[in-house]
Amino acid sequence: MERKINSEKAFHRFAFVILLILAVICIMPILLIVIASFTDEHTLLGDGYRFFPAQLSTMAYDYLWKQSSMMIRAYGISILVTVLGTVLSIILSTLFAYPLSRKDFKYRNFFSFFIFFTMLFSGGIVPSYMMWSRVFHIKDTIWALVIPTYLMSAFNVLLIRNFYSNNVPDALVEAARIDGASEFRIFGRVMLPLSVPVIATVGLFTGLSYWNDWINGLYYINDPELYSIQNLLIRLMNNIQYLNSGAAAGALSGGVTALPSASVRMAIAVVGVIPVVLAYPFLQKYLIRGTVIGAVKG
Amino acid sequence: MTSSVQRKRDRKKNLTYMLFLLPGLVYLVINNYVPMMGVFIAFKNIDYVKGIFKSDWIGLENFRFLFRTKDALVMTRNTLLYNLVFIIAGTIFAVFVAILLCELGEKLSARLFQSALILPYLLSWVIISYIVFAFLSSDTGYINKAVLEPAGKGFVNWYGEPFYWIFILIFVFLWKSTGYQSIVYMANIAGIDSSIKEAARIDGANKLQEIRYVVLPLLRPTVVIMTLMAIGRIFYSDFGLFFQVPMDSGALYPATQTVDTYVYRGLMKLNDIGMASAAGLYQSVVGFILVLLSNLAVKKADPDNALF
Repeated sequence: MERKINSEKAFHRFAFVILLILAVICIMPILLIVIASFTDEHTLLGDGYRFFPAQLSTMAYDYLWKQSSMMIRAYGISILVTVLGTVLSIILSTLFAYPLSRKDFKYRNFFSFFIFFTMLFSGGIVPSYMMWSRVFHIKDTIWALVIPTYLMSAFNVLLIRNFYSNNVPDALVEAARIDGASEFRIFGRVMLPLSVPVIATVGLFTGLSYWNDWINGLYYINDPELYSIQNLLIRLMNNIQYLNSGAAAGALSGGVTALPSASVRMAIAVVGVIPVVLAYPFLQKYLIRGTVIGAVKG
Repeated sequence: MTSSVQRKRDRKKNLTYMLFLLPGLVYLVINNYVPMMGVFIAFKNIDYVKGIFKSDWIGLENFRFLFRTKDALVMTRNTLLYNLVFIIAGTIFAVFVAILLCELGEKLSARLFQSALILPYLLSWVIISYIVFAFLSSDTGYINKAVLEPAGKGFVNWYGEPFYWIFILIFVFLWKSTGYQSIVYMANIAGIDSSIKEAARIDGANKLQEIRYVVLPLLRPTVVIMTLMAIGRIFYSDFGLFFQVPMDSGALYPATQTVDTYVYRGLMKLNDIGMASAAGLYQSVVGFILVLLSNLAVKKADPDNALF
């Protein structure tokens, strides 16, 4: 008996130690770029990236704060695209999900399949790119960052539909109808208020995917004025000289000589992650909830 | 009389419902269905002077060219093999982490560990490429400067050696996704009736036996479903992982080229629309067949979890 208790304790300790190691492996690399952003430029270039740099400095952040209208602009673009994309996406998805959840809608199966089919088959990026760039002339407009691909996901719409049908009692909708409420009123006054949890889940993750997206920018944006924070980071990485280049000069308000470019790049990356970290407690909660819902009914 | 009134009311109601669908329908048609029709591009020799529709039809010429190159083999091999490793290693790690997290139960430490493990999943591939660069940059990277240099070893030109990237990409994938994937299995383990574990314990099972004979068998159905669904996506790769993390380095293509990166490069870098659209359609069609097959298999294993 005692041996068994010992073995349980040993396993408990084993779990703790292994998880501690894994947690450190997950966090340390992120910490490395945070530390790099606080490292003195010469130390960074001389000693390389270190967890304990010889010389710390807040130069990179001073520079960002005072000089970089380029970074602030990209940050603004990211915020604008995230807000716009998330709001539009929620409007489209909640509207679309409503009729699909009503049993008295004659074509609900057809339209459920219509959106579901987009999960099964896709025409791929080539025709999609040709259409957006050559038919809709979306290149180098803010819409290129909002509209292609992310505005509606079949998975989200079906998640909302399931939530409507499982959590909003038919009797409630019937009662509102008997009271003479129109379908639009029922949707706005009954459906939406009752589906705040699922809208929050879908909204947070749509927001995250807009904030983290760089692929639309990669395909459709050449104009540095329209770079999101992610696309700015790609550009800075591809071309360290970009900070000093003519293309950036217009976007820079200050002197162009002797920029602390290596640590500044890392500082921009850190600043780019801050919104995600701030939203993290909510993201984690809804991520777990969303995954469990999704897994129960794929 | 009543039935005609009823019919009229029904028609009106269905029309109202259609109004709700309208904005989304417009988007889906444009964003999803028009490109589905657009796969015909793969059978044309696109000439912008003539326009997309008036370009010449060339039948299977693009495909013939594509499959004559070594690229077709490399990208197919890479896409399939990486995904295979991701599915196997990803599942093992996720189940392992889920069992350990459940062992700590409701403790604060368990929640902190889980937060740390999920964090990488929320970072963009661009940020992750920065992190990888901080480790692997040849003149300032942590590995070269802080590990290899003090050990008296020479620098490694990481972004020029494809061989290492087989392991780097697998590691980065596991680093980003293990915490997230373990959530599903955790929910499963938490749902196991505690009386079953109790019974095993009374029968004298130790912890490892309990995991081996109680937890793992109960996780099996979920593992099977998740694996089959992943197999349905085996022809698609994560563009960010294979393109952004290796910094689009040409020397690494043998280890990093997948169907998705090939399509991007053909379309945007090489301006070879024929090859790009052929590879894209190749992916769409094989991907579609695999999704259908995997769903068929899921349906056999557990009808409740089938997509359709």
